[in-house]
Amino acid sequence: MRKLLSRFRYHILIFFAVIGPGFITAVVDNDSGGIYTYSAAGAKYGYLPLWTLLPITFVLIIAQEMCSRMGAVTGKGLSDLIREEFGLRITFIMMVLLVLVNLTNVMAEFAGVASSLELFHVSRYISVPLAAIAVWFLVVKGNYRSVEKIFLFSCVLYVTYIISGFLVKPDWKEAALYSVKPVLLLDSGYIYMLIGMVGTTIAPWMQFYLQSAVVEKGVTAKEYAASRIEVVVGCIMTNVIAFFIIVACAGAIYSIRPRDIQDAGEAALALKPFGQYAFLLFSAGLFNASIFAACILPLSTAYSVCEGLGFEAGVNKSLREAPIFYFLYTALIVLGAGVVLIPHFPLVRMILLSQVLNGVLLPLVLIFMVFLINKVDLMGEWVNSRWFNLATWATVIVMIGLTLAQVGIAVRGTP
Amino acid sequence: MTDDFLFFTELLGMPVLDLKGRRIGRVKDAALVPLVHSSRIDRFLVTGGLTWLTIRYDQIRSISLDKGISLSDEILTPYHDDEYMLRIGRDLLDQQIIDVTGRKVVRVNDVTLEIQTDGARDSLTVLEVDVGLRSVLRRLLQGALPPRWIRSLQSRIPPNSIRWEFANVIEPDPLRRLRLNISYEKLEGMHPADLADIVEELSPAEREAIFETIDSEVAADTLSEVEDPKMQARILEALEPEKAADIVEEMAPDEAADILSELEEETSEEILEEMDSEPKTEVRELLEFEDDTAGGLMNTEYISLHENASVNDALAALKGNEDLLDGLNTLFLIDEEERLIAAVPLARLFLAAGDAKLRSLAVDTLIQASVDQGQDRIALLFDKYNLLTLPVVDEDGKLAGAITADDIISLLRQK
Repeated sequence: MRKLLSRFRYHILIFFAVIGPGFITAVVDNDSGGIYTYSAAGAKYGYLPLWTLLPITFVLIIAQEMCSRMGAVTGKGLSDLIREEFGLRITFIMMVLLVLVNLTNVMAEFAGVASSLELFHVSRYISVPLAAIAVWFLVVKGNYRSVEKIFLFSCVLYVTYIISGFLVKPDWKEAALYSVKPVLLLDSGYIYMLIGMVGTTIAPWMQFYLQSAVVEKGVTAKEYAASRIEVVVGCIMTNVIAFFIIVACAGAIYSIRPRDIQDAGEAALALKPFGQYAFLLFSAGLFNASIFAACILPLSTAYSVCEGLGFEAGVNKSLREAPIFYFLYTALIVLGAGVVLIPHFPLVRMILLSQVLNGVLLPLVLIFMVFLINKVDLMGEWVNSRWFNLATWATVIVMIGLTLAQVGIAVRGTP
Repeated sequence: MTDDFLFFTELLGMPVLDLKGRRIGRVKDAALVPLVHSSRIDRFLVTGGLTWLTIRYDQIRSISLDKGISLSDEILTPYHDDEYMLRIGRDLLDQQIIDVTGRKVVRVNDVTLEIQTDGARDSLTVLEVDVGLRSVLRRLLQGALPPRWIRSLQSRIPPNSIRWEFANVIEPDPLRRLRLNISYEKLEGMHPADLADIVEELSPAEREAIFETIDSEVAADTLSEVEDPKMQARILEALEPEKAADIVEEMAPDEAADILSELEEETSEEILEEMDSEPKTEVRELLEFEDDTAGGLMNTEYISLHENASVNDALAALKGNEDLLDGLNTLFLIDEEERLIAAVPLARLFLAAGDAKLRSLAVDTLIQASVDQGQDRIALLFDKYNLLTLPVVDEDGKLAGAITADDIISLLRQK
């Protein structure tokens, strides 16, 4: 009996020991861009798009699971593996794309910080520089373990969206119905919106971040079962939050008068008639999501690039030991925050550009991932099973198709 | 123009000419046969029709960047995978190696080869492993620009290379390690703390390979320098129980107990079974205590003498316990029932006459802790009384062990 208890305790401990990477990656997926996409969907089409959340969850789980499995089994980051198996030139091209995509993403996050705090009448010329400095110090001066705790706490703050969803008092019956009932409208705006929702789901940087975080955490193949549960739960949570964002905007905007919204801040303002708290929670959630992603993106980019190209990396190294790492990390934050402060900077166009680059890079990353995970000398008994491969390839093809469609639309302009 | 060096990237794709100066193929890879020679390129792998051909080093007349490779013997054998070859392109390029002098893990971008001429023929030996920006540039441009241009372009960037003698290839597969004559002896000369830093950066399989092969004493010192207790446990878990037991025996019992308590009970039992009986009982006793009490912190390696002993007795006791001398700074005096009576700072022995009673050299107030005292309280005692060593006694006042300042430093660092 005592032995049984000790085993049980051991397994519980393992579960808590692996928690972190999966949750954080999945939740950061709902960054300022994601929140805008979901708000816009709810504002214009109400409860209709809710059904896409189920397949989105599935696709997210497939992609995330592969990365955390590769991390646990090989103990190496994704860019390490790509470098070792595909050589320097391919890695270099991927890393250049990754830096560009992530730079535009960082810009979007700082724009989110600016607009969420402007709702509280804080000028962006104060909020953005302060946020940038805070982000830089948090990661450079903290250690990974304490930073991860802050990140996990940040994940908890997403609960604000669930509460504001309830405060709006949406039509729960409709919400439940449309969550499982697929509706396709032959309306170009609707289709564009669906593509956008799926398109923001899997970003290239997430794959790199998740795998490195799993490695950093020291998860091994033996504990992988616990890690897999974490990934699945994280992905479900993420989409539960997305559900509440859509529902809140559907209840607050769509049921009064369906319309296009220009940014997530506008969605927050529309919640004001439903009480000060609904508005406060929604905007606080937006600020949290933006600053959270602004912390992770530059760090993850600098890590991936240095790992892949063989430069020293890590916040526990000194500036002299890892100059390129610190240069990249700092440059991403300074540039990302800087452009938000330039008056008349074409920020919207930059974000569209990031979607295009994202679309170019994502298929590459996904295809490399499938090749890597099927290599027996890397993965041993942990290679994909036949059915999993089928599901994976289907996911990859669907994602590539949708992303390319999104790129096409972005290039030609919104219909 | 003759050079005395050649980069591996330049060798790749270099034309191979037969006796009449006709091109028979291009170089695809080059290999060392470490069991024969540690640095001479022994085989060149060349495309020839449908298969690859193997050229032995003594079949070559000349090698030059501008003219390629000219043969002196045309009887070439087809390439079949030879397990005794360390192929530069496949096994070294883009992989991680350990830089023994720089004490870090680096990724190989390129390899510098030396062209040696003995009048009749040219041969290549591996001179340096190239890392850093310069070799990245060379790799990226190779094939796109003429090699001479690349050489002059890169000359502006300072080189960053590791001498081949100080580069340690990492190979997880034990059989292949044997065939390629790879050992980790070079690592044994490093400071355990540096080696621990390196080990922390490697993947689990590579970590295991190093601990499996290095000397148990070095392995024990290194393992105790690994910062993350979870990683320490992982490493031990992955080893064969016999090897793990050898390492644990070499460790201080308190550290050994700490690591074993992180393991699943079955695994730690297996390791304990394999240990010699004396260290086993000590570790077992320590395992009984809770981690966060004096009992969990203390070490059972100390020197105690009878309360009536003289300085000469103490010197004799020191001679009998030479392995404890490194960290020792206090002697303990006990009565017939092993109850702690006094503590004598080691340095006081130097100024005392040989027949002086130790009792007269003891500190005025004896500070001690009981085995179940909490760790925070212990840290407080160290701070308050500026202790280097604190004796720990059981319920009956018998000396059970001692806590040293380094235990407290690790304790505080972990918080």
